[in-house]
Amino acid sequence: MNNHTEILTSSIEHPASSIQFTETPLVRTKLRTELAAQNVFLLMTLLMILPLLLIIGYLFYKAYPILSLDFLLTNPIRGMRAGGIWAPLLGTIYLVVISLLIATPIGVLAAVFLNEYAPYYRFTRFMTRIVNLAVVNLAGVPSIVHALFGLGAFVLFAGIGRSILAASLTLAIMTLPVIIASTKEALASVPMPFRDACWNVGATRWQTIRHIVLPNSISGILTGIILQVSRAAGETAPIMFTGVVFFKAIKEGDIFAYNLFDQCMALSMHLFTISTQVPDVPPALPYGTAVVLLGTVLLVNALSIVLRVYLRSRKKW
Amino acid sequence: MRVFYLPSSILYPQVFELLTDFINMQNSKKKIEIVNLTVRYGRKTALHSITFDVYRNEILGIIGPAQSGKSTLLKVINRTIDIIAGAEVQGSVKIDGEDVRKVKNEYNLRRRIGMVFPLPVGLPLSIYDNVTFAPRMAGVRGRTELDEIVERYLKQAALWDEVKDRLHSLGTKLSGGQQQRLTIARALSHQPEILCLDEFSIAVDPVTTMRIEDVLKELRSQVTIILVTNLVQQARRLANRTAFFLNSELVEIDRNEVIFSDAPANQKTYDYVNGIFG
Repeated sequence: MNNHTEILTSSIEHPASSIQFTETPLVRTKLRTELAAQNVFLLMTLLMILPLLLIIGYLFYKAYPILSLDFLLTNPIRGMRAGGIWAPLLGTIYLVVISLLIATPIGVLAAVFLNEYAPYYRFTRFMTRIVNLAVVNLAGVPSIVHALFGLGAFVLFAGIGRSILAASLTLAIMTLPVIIASTKEALASVPMPFRDACWNVGATRWQTIRHIVLPNSISGILTGIILQVSRAAGETAPIMFTGVVFFKAIKEGDIFAYNLFDQCMALSMHLFTISTQVPDVPPALPYGTAVVLLGTVLLVNALSIVLRVYLRSRKKW
Repeated sequence: MRVFYLPSSILYPQVFELLTDFINMQNSKKKIEIVNLTVRYGRKTALHSITFDVYRNEILGIIGPAQSGKSTLLKVINRTIDIIAGAEVQGSVKIDGEDVRKVKNEYNLRRRIGMVFPLPVGLPLSIYDNVTFAPRMAGVRGRTELDEIVERYLKQAALWDEVKDRLHSLGTKLSGGQQQRLTIARALSHQPEILCLDEFSIAVDPVTTMRIEDVLKELRSQVTIILVTNLVQQARRLANRTAFFLNSELVEIDRNEVIFSDAPANQKTYDYVNGIFG
């Protein structure tokens, strides 16, 4: 009511022939609200970035004395109270790479089926719903439960024993649902009319997927997969039960030092051990380990951002 | 009909011959036979018991207000209705006497039919690849052959002059009207026997529309064209016969001279054509 009268009076004061902007009280209130809203949003964004910067800054500050190339390339020595982190670093790389090599093909292909085939057949239509449900629930399962499952299924039942393979399989089971979900999302983001247009000229489903859907969703698919790297690298519980050990020295500088059926060290586990289980560890050591773990993850994420920007610049609509 | 004339074959052999010839001629005139076609989306009926024929090498105009089942009809003809969850089809649609609903390889069927839908869809490929997409998917590989296809069909769709210097830029970056013509070129590119146009001129300027309409008139000698249109005048200009759909039912189908005359069989047709309702 108030607004209406406001607008009416202002239009009476300024006849249509000479419309110009005037600062009525209404306009002033609107501008003030706009400014306030903008600042609140900016503040929230800064609040979100602040802890991240603080964590990174603090870790670097604490770890500074120990950071060097030698730290990366030597094994821990003297009961892990000195030396570097070569064995755990290589172990983490092994675990992440192998688990993704297992989870990616299964996850991506399953997602293609679920998004491109399943909804169109009466028999499989219900599958998408079940898988969605499963994904939501599996994502909420604590990692320690995955660990117990991995111990039971891979280490004991399948008889693989505590090894890199068993640990990677457990990590793969853990990341699979999320890879399926993110790939499905990426595929679903390709507009439906493109598929219709292809089908209308007689292209088969696979031709449509191969020439239109996959090339236009690959950036989203890759991003989803790469984000799982940080998850696989950071988890401690699932690998602790299934293949990662307290201490194991390997040949320095040899990237093929581990064998699939060996046990290994891992960064996350190493960090846990030296900060809680071993007495008299110099404080820079756990911080250095944390920096390397964080750095690896950030490096991979940065890579994914670059990749995404590159692929998006080639996006075609 | 056949049963009815059978006894006369014994009595008057020559007359019978003439009659069978006539019937055969009528049958061979039929490109598409639609018998008792009913389509439901769940509880909603999109088409109710439609029966009519589309003749070889004619332009059949289909007019009618929104939600009268025109687009659904086209989807049944090229079997894309299969993709829509919950769509239920009864009755038969025959192309050259072959029931499309019993066709095993629907991809081959779709290659015989060109489809243009109202919203222009440039595939996220280059203009060149957009036009050669269908032939390539059907197995055409030769470079010169593909070049020829691109030039011929872009010319037919009245787009060649505008894009001939940038065939390798993106089809999705074209303007709406250009994309629509690109879509038409794509629909023609696999040399369909039947061309279904669903309001093709919606995003195209009047001058270009006229050029495409001229092309359609030329194509009539090779292709059977079904032209769904909201522009009654377009059906009047182009079509040989026109069908009027209303509320999922076929109200009337007849030669243009009858539909657009002062006395079509159904009063509703007269009202719609003359803009009294709808």
